[in-house]
Amino acid sequence: MIYADNAATTRMSRTAIDAMLPYLEEEYGNPSSLHTIGQRANEALTAARETVADCLGALPGEIYFTSGGSEADNQAIRSAARIGKARGKTHIISTAFEHHAVLHTLKQLSAEGFDVTLLDVGPEGMVTPEQVDAAIREDTCLVTIMYANNEIGSIQPIPEIAAVCKARKVIFHTDAVQAAAHIPINVKEQNIDMLSLSGHKFHGPKGVGVLYCRRGLQLYSLIEGGAQEKNKRAGTENIAGIVSLAAAMKEACDHMEENIAKVTALRDRLIAGLSQIPHSVLNGHPTKRLPGNVNFCFEGIEGESMLLLLDDKGICASSGSACTSGSLDPSHVLLAIGRPHEIAHGSLRLSLCEWNTDQEVDAMLEAVPEVVRYLRNMSPVWRDLQSGKSQFILK
Amino acid sequence: MALYSEKVMDHFRNPRNVGVIENADGVGEVGNAKCGDIMKIYLKIDGDVVTDVKFETFGCGSAIASSSMATEMIKGQPVSRLLELTNKAVVEALDGLPAHKLHCSVLAEEAVKSALKDYYDRHGIEYDPKLLPDVSCDACHV
Repeated sequence: MIYADNAATTRMSRTAIDAMLPYLEEEYGNPSSLHTIGQRANEALTAARETVADCLGALPGEIYFTSGGSEADNQAIRSAARIGKARGKTHIISTAFEHHAVLHTLKQLSAEGFDVTLLDVGPEGMVTPEQVDAAIREDTCLVTIMYANNEIGSIQPIPEIAAVCKARKVIFHTDAVQAAAHIPINVKEQNIDMLSLSGHKFHGPKGVGVLYCRRGLQLYSLIEGGAQEKNKRAGTENIAGIVSLAAAMKEACDHMEENIAKVTALRDRLIAGLSQIPHSVLNGHPTKRLPGNVNFCFEGIEGESMLLLLDDKGICASSGSACTSGSLDPSHVLLAIGRPHEIAHGSLRLSLCEWNTDQEVDAMLEAVPEVVRYLRNMSPVWRDLQSGKSQFILK
Repeated sequence: MALYSEKVMDHFRNPRNVGVIENADGVGEVGNAKCGDIMKIYLKIDGDVVTDVKFETFGCGSAIASSSMATEMIKGQPVSRLLELTNKAVVEALDGLPAHKLHCSVLAEEAVKSALKDYYDRHGIEYDPKLLPDVSCDACHV
């Protein structure tokens, strides 16, 4: 099997599994307990917090463990909104192609009276600091922009955007779920006030994430019922998950440079090969993109059938087609970069990690064109395009 | 993937009657590329019998499987039987479809009936318009 859906989730590393096991077996204490086994769990929690803080250039006291990226996004945005509202500021700036953890939270805030501006992301899926600067108003309380897009992989100019926010005295949050532990992030140097990440995107476990919140910034809890995480996140800590996340993160950060080099080379070979398919287009920025992200649209076919056929060939991929989203509309990300509906339905995302190989890229370069050709041959849309009855949208 | 029944996967992997009939006696195309699925059915009719049927589909796995199954169900049948084809029968023949994929079976039914209507219209055969209404893209609400 070729696993090329690492943006959805990753396989856990041996390091991450080994780190977790003792806390499922002998070290099962509750960190809030006073006895020895409880305190050992507490020490592990402290150590994990320090590790994560180190990887992000943060202080340990600025790291809050959550159930994942979505919870971290919810808490960050809700907290900033509450701080803003107390000061009469109810304007929030974000982008049209955020993850739904951000967009749906903003939608709720909008219903609660907040004014939300979603910036355009342009044809390559990029937001500029100038756009952010121009959008900030007197009553803006938060700018939340993802570090890198989960579907098309475009990496945003986060340090520059954060600098604008700092100068304009607006809280800046970034959903770094796809970027953290994949590309260099330093929250202090990059002026990031709040950042969300998730363990399972870098070979850690599912169900555990992190919210970084700059010291001095008020955080409000979403979950009440205990003093854990400095009263900001009630509930007995997921120690095994937290320890494992920290181990995975350290491993990823220690090997970041070599992983980026290796995965980028695989990605670029895959992109170059798939670009040979006629009437296709790469989605996202050609160079400012996540090392592992490949995303194409192929005209005249639909994404889900592509995924099923690739699955038959042992290749795990993903698509922004409506049929895979369970809704009638294709991916909001592809629509946001201006792809028409009929093109967005024919999207394919292959997301790589450092464990993918050159041989796997070869196999994908053989399988994908074959599948595209096969589906086009039975597509009435393709027939009409070929016969000149309708016009190609993609070159 | 457990999303689909074995039957659906079989018809998706090995679709029956894919292709085009040149000089077809009736052709029906339904759906919309914006919605993500289009089905086109070609009928060859000899006397009162559907002697051949082909389809082309742009769409997801269940759209391809539904078209394939629908063509199997009507091939060799008397023309009048096409009016009786329902999306429910297509779904049953496929051992079920997930709820959000039921519209694919509706499209299959509509494609067959649209081809039948074309056949009737071309050959000046009278029919009850209520049985073969103009198809709109009601299933997808775009």
